[in-house]
Amino acid sequence: MSGTSMTTRAWLLMLPLLAVMIAVIGWPLADTVGLSFTDAKLVGTAGNFVGIDNYVKTLTSSNFQRTLTTTTIFAVISVFAEMVLGVLAALLLNQQFYGRTVLRALMILPWALPTVVNATLWRLIYNPEYGALNAALTQIGMLDAYRSWLGEPGTALASLIIADCWKNFPLVALIALAALQAVPRDITAASLVDGAGPFSRFRFVILPYLAGPLIVALVLRTIEAFKVFDIIWVMTRGGPANSTRTLSILVYQEAFSFQRAGSGASLALIVTLLVAVLAAVYAMLVRRTAGSTA
Amino acid sequence: MERKSFLFSFFLHACALLLAVIILAPVLWLFIMSISPAADLTAKPLVWWPQAVDFSRYATLLSSVENSAGAAFVASLTNSILVAGMATIAALALAIPAAWAVSRTPSVGWSLYMVIATYMLPPVALAVPLYFGLAHLGLLNSVFGLALVYLTILAPFTTWLMKSGFDAIPREIEAAAMMDGAGLFATLRIITLPLAAPVMATSALFAFLLAWDEFFYALLFTSDLRAKTLTVAIADLAGGRVSDYGLIATAGVLAALPPVVIGLVMQRALISGLTSGGVKG
Repeated sequence: MSGTSMTTRAWLLMLPLLAVMIAVIGWPLADTVGLSFTDAKLVGTAGNFVGIDNYVKTLTSSNFQRTLTTTTIFAVISVFAEMVLGVLAALLLNQQFYGRTVLRALMILPWALPTVVNATLWRLIYNPEYGALNAALTQIGMLDAYRSWLGEPGTALASLIIADCWKNFPLVALIALAALQAVPRDITAASLVDGAGPFSRFRFVILPYLAGPLIVALVLRTIEAFKVFDIIWVMTRGGPANSTRTLSILVYQEAFSFQRAGSGASLALIVTLLVAVLAAVYAMLVRRTAGSTA
Repeated sequence: MERKSFLFSFFLHACALLLAVIILAPVLWLFIMSISPAADLTAKPLVWWPQAVDFSRYATLLSSVENSAGAAFVASLTNSILVAGMATIAALALAIPAAWAVSRTPSVGWSLYMVIATYMLPPVALAVPLYFGLAHLGLLNSVFGLALVYLTILAPFTTWLMKSGFDAIPREIEAAAMMDGAGLFATLRIITLPLAAPVMATSALFAFLLAWDEFFYALLFTSDLRAKTLTVAIADLAGGRVSDYGLIATAGVLAALPPVVIGLVMQRALISGLTSGGVKG
């Protein structure tokens, strides 16, 4: 078969997918761009062209700046903790001990639990009057009086981060474990003979095998964490006093609660741009590590 | 392996125990809440283990008596199965030909990367136009409308997984069949698709789980029992005035059951999928 007819055939086979993607992603995205330059409301008239007003207002508003900070704190701390806990758990699961197979199988549980169920579960655990956390901490004497973990601005974000980490570190652990099992036995044995201590062995022998898969996990988790909506909506709806409001929650409020479709659209595109920048930075990182290990 | 000191072995087992407790405690507590009498859950000090095991909430939620909590739950369960099932089938139907084409014709690969790049788009970037579009088509609060929207997530994802699946099937096998006179579609049907069956199954499971887990679009585009999915129903329970925490926990256990069973049974296939393609958390 000639090159051109193969290319034509390929395009024909891709046509249904591309048509649907244009209908459900391409067109809405273009429409969001259009809306972002108007003062359109969610219900009613189409709105007037207002130029870059929405963008200027958004970028200079203290609401946006505060929300961006909250989102960054949430993403950086939770992803960092997930990476560290995930690698530690993987190193443990790569050792010999009784019950290893069972424990490995259990690691899939938090990942499999639907996000909303996880959020609901932790909301019950953190319950200010009847929650298990308050009960456990008071019964072992670490807490004098019940606290409202999700109701106080000082503890709400940290409580959310713990719930998010619990669900996501096992995934990192499973990815890291698969990578660890690819490290050849004789290399670790040789490093032992050469007298490498546990830390230098991890740094120079094991880490190079982990780097690639971990960076992929880091990319995906960071992008997810930056877009976070579900867990926060179910646990705090962005409260108390907006202390857990992330960018996606802010867009939801602007576009759907306050029905300002135009300014909601501009905000959504700013979020999209931030995510794209993150992704580009990581793509460069991935390429560089791929080059250095090859 | 090398000799290990007793102390090291003790340390390992202690860490393993700690990890097991961290993983299991919250899940077990969800289950215990679902079978504890309501009074135990609001007692001070908290009753950690029920005096009498009470499975009645499962019967309540799975009953179909009209206008009961059960009817609402069963309706949302049905909606979740319908939406996730339809979206998965549609996503695979779109992804398989496209993924095969890209796998065999690298010169068109750039279009696939554009499709995959849409995975990064935050759903909020599409939500407002999708809302207008569905309203225009009369598909707000409809399982069909929601399934259509879920293609924004499922189609790029399954295409990505299927493409790496087809890449692993040597094209020489296809060439040999064609040499023997089989046409393109006969070759695909007899040779390629059976070989790709395992990766198709993995992709279908991942897609189903993604749709089962989805909350944001379901929250926006559904409003009552006709289309509300489980995730929205559970969020309603959690945020509402339900006084029996055990009932919320029971709904959570039931919603978690399908993905947990799939996860445990299909562990090996899922992990190889996770490591080959990476996956949404």
